[in-house]
Amino acid sequence: MNFLTQAFSYLFTAGNWAGPVGLAARTVEHLEYTAAAVAVSALVAIPVGLIIGHSGRGTLVVVSLVNALRALPTLGVLLLAVLLWGLGLVPPIVALMLLGIPPLLAGTYSGISAVDRTVVDAARAMGMSELRVLFRVEVPNALPLIIGGLRNATLQVVATATVAAYASLGGLGRYLIDGIKVRQFHIALVGALMVAALALILDGALAFAAWTSVPGTGRVRRSPHHQASRSAELSPNVDA
Amino acid sequence: MHYLIHHLPAAWVLTVIHLRLSLVPVLAGLAIALPWGVLTWRNPVLRRLTTVTASLVFTIPSLALFVVLPLVIPTRILDEANVIVALTLYTTALLVRAVFEALDAVPRQVRDAASAVGYPPITRLLKVELPLSIPVLVAGLRVVVVTNISMVSVGAVIGIGGLGTWFTEGYQADKSDQIVAGIVTIFVLAAIIDVLIMFAGRLATPWDRVARSGRRRLTAPLKDPIVGGSR
Repeated sequence: MNFLTQAFSYLFTAGNWAGPVGLAARTVEHLEYTAAAVAVSALVAIPVGLIIGHSGRGTLVVVSLVNALRALPTLGVLLLAVLLWGLGLVPPIVALMLLGIPPLLAGTYSGISAVDRTVVDAARAMGMSELRVLFRVEVPNALPLIIGGLRNATLQVVATATVAAYASLGGLGRYLIDGIKVRQFHIALVGALMVAALALILDGALAFAAWTSVPGTGRVRRSPHHQASRSAELSPNVDA
Repeated sequence: MHYLIHHLPAAWVLTVIHLRLSLVPVLAGLAIALPWGVLTWRNPVLRRLTTVTASLVFTIPSLALFVVLPLVIPTRILDEANVIVALTLYTTALLVRAVFEALDAVPRQVRDAASAVGYPPITRLLKVELPLSIPVLVAGLRVVVVTNISMVSVGAVIGIGGLGTWFTEGYQADKSDQIVAGIVTIFVLAAIIDVLIMFAGRLATPWDRVARSGRRRLTAPLKDPIVGGSR
């Protein structure tokens, strides 16, 4: 456990946090990769998930496609992307997208298709257009599962973003790779601890978001305007 | 693709290592997760604790685990055992959740019926609940195996990784051909194992096949209602 004490003393030394290659800068880089990869994954996965969840078509194709994405090794794709496009933000984003898309897509389409069909039919019967059915009825009801998918995607991406360092990129993986290279294993441990801490914080935040998004619980406070108009709708006889 | 064709013997050696590194953890993980999941499934506190621990395990990057394990268990730093133990941890964490979901998926009426006809709890578990949970379990197993096969390649960064070594070698030698060969081999490997497990799952649940073909047989005569015969 000597390594652990060394790692903690490294972490608790202020000098190690400052500068362009300090812990703070590396953490920001790591978060940049994560945020960019998750955002791009969401841009691809959520619209596709909404469409197939709403229409119920193409589920089989998408499920097999998602399984196929899982089989692509991140490290290989990352290194290939670096050889093809050079260093920069593109290779880690492309490689990490492979991890981000499957859980987001699965969460979105299973969330939408799990919405009670009678509720959807009721919305249609009241004359809502298909778009309104999707965004006013299906999405709010599916939100916990969609955020659950986002949570899984973020967790995988933030943990795997460490491999970016192997391709001479930044992020917290630098501590791992450099620590191994110079056989300073407490440095590698610093990287591992930082990534785990980051993942825990992000996971906790998204778990809280999923919890508040459960519809009908009133955990998200409505705006006063919305509340007022709603109570007016509910008790029209009071004013009359 | 040229690279793969010209290096078939090397590919075979690396594939064997790759499969060993990714499948041994699956067996070990199943051997831990199945009994653990069955035992803790009914206890809400233990179940919650298990799911939380499982998701905690996932926050550790695989690369970090490969490096940190030798500091915790008595293995050398560049030992295959580190990769196997690390992947066993991930596998167990994933599978134990699959076991919970699989047992949840057994219909309550079936469980009650089994008790009603006099199955003691252990027999009910072995003869009714576990067989019925095979489809969900197999689904979880397929995800785990495919994830493992692609995750093992990360081990190449620390010098152990089966086909992953083609990634690191190809990168250092600036040979994208070699990296592509590695990606394709791993992809095909994952697809083959995935299909094999799917078929094993089908074989293990013959009643599903009967039900599938039976339903088809039933729907056809139902369209023109059965008049004679049985009545």
